[in-house]
Amino acid sequence: MSRIYLAIAIALSMSFSVAAWAQDQSEEIDELRQRVQELEERLDQQSTTPESATTTAEPGLPTTADQPATTSGAPAPTSNKFNPAISLILNAKYRYFKLDPNTYTVGGFVPPGGHGHGGEEEGGHGGGFGPGDRGFSLDETELAFSANVDPYWFGFVQAGILDGEVDIEEAYIQNSGYVPGLLVKAGRFFSGMGYINEQHPHAWDFVDAPLVQLAMNGINYGDDGVQLRYVAPTPLFLEFGLEAGRGANFPGSERNKNGPNAWVGFVHLGGDVGFSNSYQIGASYRDTTAEEREFDDEDSLGNEIENHFVDLKSKTYGIDFVWKWAPNGDPSVRNFKFQAEYYRRTEDGQLEYDLDMAGAGPLEGPYKSEQDGWYAQGVWQFMPRWRVGVRYDLLDSGTLEYGPITDGTISREDLQQLREHKPERATIMVDFSSSEYTRFRLQYSEDKARFDETDQQLIFQYVVSLGAHGAHKF
Amino acid sequence: MSATPERTHQNVMLNMETLMRQLIVFFCITLACALPAVAHGKVRAFACEPEWAALLEELGGNQVKVYQATSPKQDPHRVEARPSLIARMRVADLIVCSGSDLEIGWLPVLLQSAGNRDVQPGQPGYFMASDYVRRLEVPDRVDRSMGDVHPSGNPHVHLDPRNLAIIATALSKRLAEIDRENAEFYQTRNVTFQERWSASIERWEREAIDLKGLRLVTYHRDAIYLVNWLGMELTTTIEPKPGIPPSTRHLSKLLSELKAEPADAIVRMAFNDPKAPTWLSERTGIPVVELPYTVGGTKQAKDLFGLFDDTIDRLKVAAGRS
Ligand SMILES: [Zn+2]
Repeated sequence: MSRIYLAIAIALSMSFSVAAWAQDQSEEIDELRQRVQELEERLDQQSTTPESATTTAEPGLPTTADQPATTSGAPAPTSNKFNPAISLILNAKYRYFKLDPNTYTVGGFVPPGGHGHGGEEEGGHGGGFGPGDRGFSLDETELAFSANVDPYWFGFVQAGILDGEVDIEEAYIQNSGYVPGLLVKAGRFFSGMGYINEQHPHAWDFVDAPLVQLAMNGINYGDDGVQLRYVAPTPLFLEFGLEAGRGANFPGSERNKNGPNAWVGFVHLGGDVGFSNSYQIGASYRDTTAEEREFDDEDSLGNEIENHFVDLKSKTYGIDFVWKWAPNGDPSVRNFKFQAEYYRRTEDGQLEYDLDMAGAGPLEGPYKSEQDGWYAQGVWQFMPRWRVGVRYDLLDSGTLEYGPITDGTISREDLQQLREHKPERATIMVDFSSSEYTRFRLQYSEDKARFDETDQQLIFQYVVSLGAHGAHKF
Repeated sequence: MSATPERTHQNVMLNMETLMRQLIVFFCITLACALPAVAHGKVRAFACEPEWAALLEELGGNQVKVYQATSPKQDPHRVEARPSLIARMRVADLIVCSGSDLEIGWLPVLLQSAGNRDVQPGQPGYFMASDYVRRLEVPDRVDRSMGDVHPSGNPHVHLDPRNLAIIATALSKRLAEIDRENAEFYQTRNVTFQERWSASIERWEREAIDLKGLRLVTYHRDAIYLVNWLGMELTTTIEPKPGIPPSTRHLSKLLSELKAEPADAIVRMAFNDPKAPTWLSERTGIPVVELPYTVGGTKQAKDLFGLFDDTIDRLKVAAGRS
């Protein structure tokens, strides 16, 4: 049997590559034909324009008696013609926290970093999960390269650099439109689920991620894998996306498996209302499994409970909404942006747990939870350069079926991390951009992510970008 | 707009018949969605700015269906890469933009998100108008301390009608390349356009002879080709550096400069915020002249001919030389 499969596989891959080769050939011919035509065109134009003798590089120029302040022969200096576009993002903060950031936790939720408490250091992919350090600190410097690899592929890499650590946030190749409307991405990338997930932190409108983003996606949910997007040929923007990936990142885990461990599907729909308004709505779904995820909880007396998820199915559903307003579509003086996202996650599976106080070996039991949360924010640019914003976050720790509870050892109220809680946060911010490349931001939050105490957080931040001119998605 | 078929019979078991029916419904909806893309044999052109939409209309007539991505009330440097623009770029056979990084803040996102290979750089469907003319103000060195400068020269090339003549010929050839069947049609239209256009240029140059030496203040250096063509002078800009909005301090500095060395008119393009030009005008007595900048920027600038008719008329009124 396996030999037949092998034969089929070889036959398929060969026929595919032959077809691709044939297509490449005809494309090359087309390209050559086109180049010849372009050359002919240029020659045509040069012979018809009077000043053609003086310039050969730029075809066709208006005849002007006096050319002021032009450097006619000078080559365009910066747009490094063959080299990748390079950009560098610098980011530093000053933070004031009323409460010790080392005690930070989003109560009622299994932390994305794997441990109950902790500051910036404990995060994995995409930076820390805590609110960061008190006082002055330099945050990750982001370095991005991008360029067309050849006529078919575009390459992009973005790395976060901080104190001897280099973290590849994204590194992918992308083909655009080999099949009309189809975008193929492969490598490591931020998932297209939701709205804010695909944005790098420097593009956010607030210093930090929404709580629901933190609890469900661990700052930016990214994966190593393949993404297909299909943009439908419709007057309204309609896009479908499918991702298959390694799934090693929270809420999944490493699995030592040949097939993909995480699947993501999403759909986006967007359009305009008149000249001044545009919107995008989206829905997304993620299916992943955790086998290696661990986290420690405590009971009210401080006895440790070690948890190890053996086979946990994690499903996340999300909807997202963005509305932008700018008078006549021109955002330069005034504009307004509203965005909101809602996520619900269900997790169901087996748990190995070890109770400190029981002294016995690890026990097995169920783990089942259903949790949700949302945020909404509005940002108002009231004059050039100046914006103010408000954001509200609310999570619900939801229902929990948990081995140590079902076996009667402990009650949910006794758990230090997974007891019931509705984390909540209200944030206001003001920012000033001296140019398109610079942003200074002051932000204040009343954060009730912890169980009983309210943290007051005051953060001052700057984000600047050097190098290639960035272009931001909607 | 919805492309998902609704499930109607949830109580019956999913047999082959209902499955087929659902497939057919889905197929029909998909087809209906795709229909606007294939219903006609016209060239679908995506024009980044109104001037290129107008030129496409002159050259393409009823063979080209033009989608104008931005309005004359929008600063072309600062356009959002809106979902609706991605959708339009998805089905375009040709995109026509100014190029030279004018659209750098939004066009790359559209090109990357639309999944349309025909309009990628290097393809016949990718047409950047400023590639065909000599650009002014190409900086020797580029540094962001100079503001958001355009590294490959000033991209606002359409305000010199002689540039438009050259671009029209190149664009006409491009249309013929994309739509070979109608090659002759495009050629004829271009010839007609060029005849009318060169006659108009002569007329405009005659009419504007008095504008020579007129000293203008503009918001951004987007009138340089116009100024260069008509032999006027651009004394200073309201924005201190390209892309940097003026602060109060900069405005008061500008005010004393203008008092010391007055200009003839302060130009406000249709998309510029009126605040700063009005403020300066009130304190210096220099008249504000509102220029269309592009087709549709004023009521009179209905097409490319109207754009220059109106621009010259307004400048003459402001200069008191009408
Ligand atoms: Zn400009």
